[in-house]
Amino acid sequence: MSLDFQIFCKSTFEDTYSPRCFGEFFQFGQGTADPTYLDWLLTAWGWTISVSALALFIALVIGITIGTLRTISNETFLSKVLIFFSNAWVELFRNIPVLVQVFLWYHVIPMLIPILKNFPSFLLVSIALGFFTSARIAEQMKAGIFSLPKGQRMAAQSLGMTKVQTYRYILLPMAMRIVIPPLTSECMNIVKNSAVAFAVSVSELTLFAMQTQEETSKGIEMYLGVTALYIVTAFSVNRVMAWIERKTRIPGFIAPSSQGSH
Amino acid sequence: MKPSKFVQVILFSSSLLGIVCTTQAGTLEKIAETKTITMGVRDSSGALSYTLGDGKYTGFHVEICKRVIADLEKKLKTSIKVEYQSVTSQNRIPLVQNGTVDLECGSTTNNATRQKDVSFAVTTYVEEVRIAVKADSNITSIAQLVNKKVATTTGTTSVQLLRKHERANGVNFEEIFGKDHADSFLLLESGRADAFVMDGSILAGNIANAKNPKDFKIVGEVLSVEPIAIMMRKDSPASFKTEVDNSIKAMMKDGTIAKMYKQWFQDPIPPKGNRVGLELSENTKNAWANPNDKPAEDYIKK
Repeated sequence: MSLDFQIFCKSTFEDTYSPRCFGEFFQFGQGTADPTYLDWLLTAWGWTISVSALALFIALVIGITIGTLRTISNETFLSKVLIFFSNAWVELFRNIPVLVQVFLWYHVIPMLIPILKNFPSFLLVSIALGFFTSARIAEQMKAGIFSLPKGQRMAAQSLGMTKVQTYRYILLPMAMRIVIPPLTSECMNIVKNSAVAFAVSVSELTLFAMQTQEETSKGIEMYLGVTALYIVTAFSVNRVMAWIERKTRIPGFIAPSSQGSH
Repeated sequence: MKPSKFVQVILFSSSLLGIVCTTQAGTLEKIAETKTITMGVRDSSGALSYTLGDGKYTGFHVEICKRVIADLEKKLKTSIKVEYQSVTSQNRIPLVQNGTVDLECGSTTNNATRQKDVSFAVTTYVEEVRIAVKADSNITSIAQLVNKKVATTTGTTSVQLLRKHERANGVNFEEIFGKDHADSFLLLESGRADAFVMDGSILAGNIANAKNPKDFKIVGEVLSVEPIAIMMRKDSPASFKTEVDNSIKAMMKDGTIAKMYKQWFQDPIPPKGNRVGLELSENTKNAWANPNDKPAEDYIKK
């Protein structure tokens, strides 16, 4: 069996091949050419990155907030409500498969909240993926905060810090550093989980592979191309996180991990 | 000296590859030897091939295949055990090529690119790509779909067809890709899409199984014509294909296939007893009168 990577230079309309492999997408001011499968592949990559980035943003903001809320002391009525809410959030979004959640956001929830019908599927799938991952990040955040010695919270309070100050200046800076390794896994997972977006018509890499293998009959080449881009993306995320971990490390605070990433 | 770990891995994987490559004996010999045949079937390809649940499959093509296998049993003078393997648009060709599936009885278009990888029996059904809309819709032709939301299924030729049509006419559709036909139909049903462009039999099949079939209609011109055929491995000599073709040609000659068409496309079909209600097209009639395995490209030239 021979692989034919020329197929990426083929026009998506005609049986012609572009000499520069790029058609419409990167024409470099040399007139309009037919888009090639390579153009399409890169556009699809763009969608994968966009879905992942937006979902990651949502997941981090919500995950860190919810995770922190789960660790507050339950003295007042308000804090009891907040703890209940954040626990419910985690259990709800952690216990439903991600593909089911995507369908819920796309087919079911818009039935209940009509305004969501006008939302592009890109946004809905990012919300679904973001909420799903936020539950996992919240769980790690909670574990990170609880792993700190009790004395830290007590010391902060005996210095007269408010609850918010205790978290802002004492607990979170430590906990955030502790959770970077598991967070790296989550960030990489979000890239891989973004493949579910194909199910709701976002033309990302998985949809590209499924469609083009049918059109070109070169499924192996298409899937190899897509696999390579997934690896590049996930590995870049890994390296960025390793860099962040190195840059934010404070010597002596936390037992140094050997090579940055988990 | 022992080979290094790396070399071991390479040797191991290449020997696996060797096993895969050497199992490609003739399909007919394989069936005669193992006394089993694996039929590739679809979960929801309209009336052509679909599941009744519980691992049971039926449909126009599945029933044709059952008769072909009955003829094979006579020819080989042995009983053959039929195993079903559900396939999708994505995996059907690889599964036929690697020997998992012997006879694919789904809804596969016979085209020139695929003929390089697999072979097709004589065309049993000619598909016409049409538009399905809601019954209260005013859409009657593809020209009216401009700037409308058009659903179609990922991994089908209809996606390419729409894209080419957009460019040739300088118009724009808002395409929505369902992950399978049932999903695309749901998009139409829930109002997320204004139309569903797909093979006529699939549209008709989905409408027949809808909650209220009267809410939908098939409209507009025939957008594309594609020969649909039963698919099998490329053997040389093609003794298996000859057997399959002869069996099907006999059905075409004695009118069995026409009866089966009526049974699946016009009479009530299981599980719900709905009717697909698809008239026999001129193209399909021609294919039965002059049995051939010409690819889709030959139909366009006409």
